[in-house]
Amino acid sequence: MTDQTTTTVGSRPGPPGPGRPGQAPSPRDLAARAPAREAAAPDHRRPEEPGGQPALVTGAQALVAALERLGVDVIFGIPGGAILPAYDPLFDSRSVRHILVRHEQGAGHAAAGYAQATGRTGVCIATSGPGATNLVTPLADAYMDSVPLVAITGQVPSGLIGTDGFQEADIAGITLPVTKHNFLVTEAGDIARTVAEAFHVATTGRPGPVLVDIAKDALQAKTQFRWPVPFDLPGYHPVTRPHSRQVREAARMMMAAQRPVLYVGGGVIKAGASADLLALAELTKMPVVTTLMARGAFPSSHPQNLGMPGMHGKVAAVGALQKADLLVALGARFDDRVTGRLDTFAPDAAVVHADIDPAEISKNRHAEVPIVGDCREVIIELVTAVRAEHEAGRQADLSAWWAQLDAWRATYPLGYDEPGDGSLAPQYVIERIGKLAGPDAVYVAGVGQHQMWAAQFIEHERPRHWLNSGGLGTMGYAVPAAMGAKVGTPETAVWAIDGDGCFQMTNQELATCTVEGIPIKVAIINNGNLGMVRQWQTLFYNERYSQTDLDRVAEGTSAGGTRIPDFVKLAEAYGCAGLRCETAAEVDAVIKQAMEINDRPVVIDFIVHRDAMVWPMVAAGTSNDDIKVARDMAPDWDVTE
Amino acid sequence: MSQPPVRLREQESSAARHTLSVLVENKPGVLVRIAGLFSRRGFNIDSLAVGPTEHHEISRMTIVVNCAEHPLEQVTKQLNKLINVLKIVELEPSVAVQRELLLVKVRADAETRSRVLETVALFRAKVVDVAQDAVTVEATGNRDKLDALIRVLEPFGIKELVQSGMVALGRGSKSITDRALRPLDRAAGAAQ
Repeated sequence: MTDQTTTTVGSRPGPPGPGRPGQAPSPRDLAARAPAREAAAPDHRRPEEPGGQPALVTGAQALVAALERLGVDVIFGIPGGAILPAYDPLFDSRSVRHILVRHEQGAGHAAAGYAQATGRTGVCIATSGPGATNLVTPLADAYMDSVPLVAITGQVPSGLIGTDGFQEADIAGITLPVTKHNFLVTEAGDIARTVAEAFHVATTGRPGPVLVDIAKDALQAKTQFRWPVPFDLPGYHPVTRPHSRQVREAARMMMAAQRPVLYVGGGVIKAGASADLLALAELTKMPVVTTLMARGAFPSSHPQNLGMPGMHGKVAAVGALQKADLLVALGARFDDRVTGRLDTFAPDAAVVHADIDPAEISKNRHAEVPIVGDCREVIIELVTAVRAEHEAGRQADLSAWWAQLDAWRATYPLGYDEPGDGSLAPQYVIERIGKLAGPDAVYVAGVGQHQMWAAQFIEHERPRHWLNSGGLGTMGYAVPAAMGAKVGTPETAVWAIDGDGCFQMTNQELATCTVEGIPIKVAIINNGNLGMVRQWQTLFYNERYSQTDLDRVAEGTSAGGTRIPDFVKLAEAYGCAGLRCETAAEVDAVIKQAMEINDRPVVIDFIVHRDAMVWPMVAAGTSNDDIKVARDMAPDWDVTE
Repeated sequence: MSQPPVRLREQESSAARHTLSVLVENKPGVLVRIAGLFSRRGFNIDSLAVGPTEHHEISRMTIVVNCAEHPLEQVTKQLNKLINVLKIVELEPSVAVQRELLLVKVRADAETRSRVLETVALFRAKVVDVAQDAVTVEATGNRDKLDALIRVLEPFGIKELVQSGMVALGRGSKSITDRALRPLDRAAGAAQ
């Protein structure tokens, strides 16, 4: 694989200074100071001296120069002792904007949100010890959802490593199971190459987070900066081109099947294959289900889209998988939330499984036709192969299958009950946000009921417009991820749809948003509870609501009767606009009001009914066949129109 | 309700011992990456031996796992995903030489020493240290042979015992390092 070792990176130039996303008003004083500093500081941006000899720079300068040449336009982070040398040259960088977050977890999720919204690599930076360990959750989150992320952490000086030095943590060891790869760098001369390798590993093959831990003395030592720099990754050769015989076999099975389904996962979005998927779906007329990570990979409004499968999937989507005779899985991984009880999942189906990660194929469900490759390349080849089948006169007749699917769709549409007491239905709020903000907006959800409703009730029409923590299920993802998405796509409205529980885990990043000029919109679906947990307590724990009520104030305390915290006041304290909505009649007006505020972040506190539940539901550990459309209500699979 | 047969992963197929030769980059932390992967994914290692190869930048691990065919495929795929892993080959016992090293300290006084030495000779093992009341025996072989030796020495009284993990090499003239090396050469060439 010659190209692996000689490919250079950094062909994508960073955007020029003035056009940078979400340019903050706050660095004004910084800008005023910059020229003076520049004259004094060594110019790390052009380390090559006129004679062509690489200049002597510090490891920190090499780091920043490498980031610049890799096209990095924004990084999220917080400085601290061990990473401090890197922050000095960063201060001078014209093309790399540093966004100072309030907690490293926010930096990590922001980098992930940026990456998921733009398709570029997200970058976060933190110091050693607690700074680095605070990145563990977002790294694990990005690992589960295959998000290209590069985390740079400072480490104690190499002589102190292993001595339990102040703020020392073995972050490479700690993040081993939750990163695609990680590096510990102790030599200044290795920094530029390692950073280039980290970006290469993070973005190619199955994307994922890569951590580069750099000892403080390596950042301070002098080295020669060379660029481009060849990789030293002899064991890394991701396969992207599918095997054409396997693709032809898949096409043949697709034509022979009577009840086929395209089971589409997040890999299709990562591969940028949405347009190709549309072509394949329309060519084959096959029904499509899009997993939680694939919402937007195929338009929700398309008549062939049956919706989301899985634990809270649509009846038609779940039923289609269960009754299928062929599943064509594209960039999906047969997650337990999709399959339900595995040994009863899609019992009649043969499986074609295309994924860029060979280890996903036949991991949970045996694949009759395994295809290792990039989803886009696979789908393009599938389209060609299906056309050849059609020309040879072989075409599947799916009319009976569609009659069945349409009957399920017509009989079991998504729906919800209005609360009897006149309070606000959370589903209605989310539905209206989706309608008014439209498919152009980016929607970012936390984890829980609001996430499921946002996946279900918003029409997801475009890839990279739906961000959420799918695999790890990280409460607190939404606010920082929305911040990152807004920085990456400043012209787009970015709506965080968050629960009141999730919001309280990372809302301090609203301060970052205000200070840095990142006007996101946050809709808190406030039921005063850990809603999804409460739903399980309602269904499986005899309505014993142990530790899920978030705003119950103990009797006899002075705060009785008020909401803790008051999210409107909290928003205002952070310099955001704070709005509240408690009735259905106000919903549209409040959303529109929020849409008109673009000079600062907006937080809307939607007070919703606490007993709303997410339906349909396949209870954990049960079969998809036992899906309930509402409490104690199973669908009739034999329904006809 | 008639349930058609479900094509699941074959969890029930019989477990067997498999020997994997894993070529890895000789870098710090590689052993941890591999050992961590096994424990994280719930695979058990029977034995693991690691050492340098004829190329200083490559180390070779011989890993013996006891598992069925499907988990073996999974573990191989997961190992292949590790960036520092260059190549994985499963060595079938019939086409490979497999050896373990045993050092065992056996009680041997004037009365029993000659019988101990006889046993050692029978197994083509050798005595590497002698004390007043004990001898230390070194033996190499496959696991069956070493198990047999231990059984025979046991009645004399085993004071202490240590065994290496298995190392293995395919028979014939081919080398598994040949192809794995090629990318390394290129990297080295590109760096100049």
